[in-house]
Amino acid sequence: MLRAVLLFPLFCLSLLGAAFSAHAAMEIQVIGGAANKIAVAVVPFQMAAGQPEPMLTQIVGDDLNRSGQIRLVDARGLQQPVEPAQVNYSTWRAQGAEAMVIGQVIALPGGRFDVRFRLLDVIKQTQLAGFGYNISASQWRATAHQIADIVYEKLTGTPGAFSSRIAYVQKQGKRFELRVADADGQNPRTVVRSNESVISPMFSPDGTRLAYVSFEDRKPVVYVQSLQDGSRHKTAAFKGSNSAPAWTPDGRRLAVVLTRDETSQIYMINVDGSGVSRLTRSGGIDTEPVFSPDGKTVYFTSDRGGSPQIYRVAASGGEPTRVTFSGSYNVSPAISPDGRLLAYIGRDEGRFRVMLHELASGQTRVLTDTARDESPSFAPNGQSILYATVQGGRGVLGTVSLDGKTRSRLSEPGVDAREPAWGP
Amino acid sequence: MNKIFLPVLLTLILSACGTTTGTQATVEDRTGDKAATATGAETAGTGAGGVSGAAVDGKQGGYTGDPRKNPASPLSKRDIFFDFDSFVVKPEYRPVLEAHAGYLMAKRDSRVILQGNADERGSREYNLALGQKRAEAVRKALAVLGVNDSQMEAVSFGEEKPRNEGDTEEAYAQNRRTDVVYGDE
Repeated sequence: MLRAVLLFPLFCLSLLGAAFSAHAAMEIQVIGGAANKIAVAVVPFQMAAGQPEPMLTQIVGDDLNRSGQIRLVDARGLQQPVEPAQVNYSTWRAQGAEAMVIGQVIALPGGRFDVRFRLLDVIKQTQLAGFGYNISASQWRATAHQIADIVYEKLTGTPGAFSSRIAYVQKQGKRFELRVADADGQNPRTVVRSNESVISPMFSPDGTRLAYVSFEDRKPVVYVQSLQDGSRHKTAAFKGSNSAPAWTPDGRRLAVVLTRDETSQIYMINVDGSGVSRLTRSGGIDTEPVFSPDGKTVYFTSDRGGSPQIYRVAASGGEPTRVTFSGSYNVSPAISPDGRLLAYIGRDEGRFRVMLHELASGQTRVLTDTARDESPSFAPNGQSILYATVQGGRGVLGTVSLDGKTRSRLSEPGVDAREPAWGP
Repeated sequence: MNKIFLPVLLTLILSACGTTTGTQATVEDRTGDKAATATGAETAGTGAGGVSGAAVDGKQGGYTGDPRKNPASPLSKRDIFFDFDSFVVKPEYRPVLEAHAGYLMAKRDSRVILQGNADERGSREYNLALGQKRAEAVRKALAVLGVNDSQMEAVSFGEEKPRNEGDTEEAYAQNRRTDVVYGDE
């Protein structure tokens, strides 16, 4: 499926007083999916005059479809019930639906809308969930993502991640933009615009700030920027290079990579740039730190063994231990929200692909079949991984489910997308 | 430091480090600290010469502008290219580094930023660390030649500033380099 989706900016974030407008959004392509998908009919909601586009149920359906765990049942040409009493269950059972979503949009004074929806079990003929929202037009997409989250959680038992956001860097000609978008790539807002590269964005645990590396000062400097008002400050701008920021789970400190003591080493630093302390000591490269969800362990890339591999060290310091052993190039660690899985980029026969490593057993599997994957990060619900890759000579973003069976691509024509990070 | 000793010192550094050759691997992923494979033969007996006073003065060839911009001077050379998987300054860059060291020592208020670079394959952050090693290699060579640490800053652009955006070995070779950038330029 390849489809262009319309764009509704919720709010424009600004940097240093300059208001940046939103641009074209990414297109989404979904490939594959789980073997036993739950069949859901998303019945178009009864519409209200003047409601935004696209239809809420279009956005909800796209979200559910992208999860790979839900199959959308064709609802065209069938009844369009609004209340459970109007549902002819035998019609929907015959259509193969196991669950269905119904609802309506009612126009309210002042340009607001009342949105009501219900999730019904078609087999048991019972209601699984029902919610109402009083929203402005600007909350249209957010409401659709919330409905998708509720449907997904009721049907799979796992919280949805459709209301979360992603950050990524896009390059167009010589221009770089750090952007924040909805998890489906829509509703993008530019938060940094620069003629120099920007890399390694990472959301604070509460999602209100971004840490990133900018080269605008003729060297890499770590910035922390508010997503609420666009204000920012330099967190690490020491002599040499400053890069690879990673938030502690409490959002108070960052691990960063500094070269002020010669080689690239990992340090801890307060968000305001004070309280620097060194975490790793090797004669070589230590970089790409990330914290375990409990904050007790730092995973990172190091060449101390002769080739880049993933290591872990106690956040309080100590002797690191090696985590990855197969292959001669394993980099860019990411830890799942439950702390059980490590995703990283491994090179095998010249191909760089997303690998998934179960920390308890050490079992590892390849999740992707591309060749130039970079920068994996987990969805907040831990069910999929966002990464960058190259398709047709151009940088695109991709998501892949933990079983590797469902993949999606987010891309925009003529634009190079890279350095993705999944936030709350 | 007596300038007579500079070439000797530099020769020692270069020959101690040697160069590493490319392997069949497709990405830079090694530390490259292979001092044991020094290629002393390449640099032996190259002690003649010394830092060119003419280059510092900018009088070489009757050039009267900024000596760093004189095409005839090694000061105009700002690229130090590195072999695949290597972080060792090659002997051929001795005249260039000597010229820059001479300039920086003659003008103690001048500053230089050494920007290391890497080719684009693999992780951006890891490539940033690789570029830093190339910047550090040049910084160390200049320090041994007598340049004050306070005059130099070694930083990395990783794969963010490719000289050649192509996807070929030739392009990659042009991106494995350290750029010498003066603070007042």
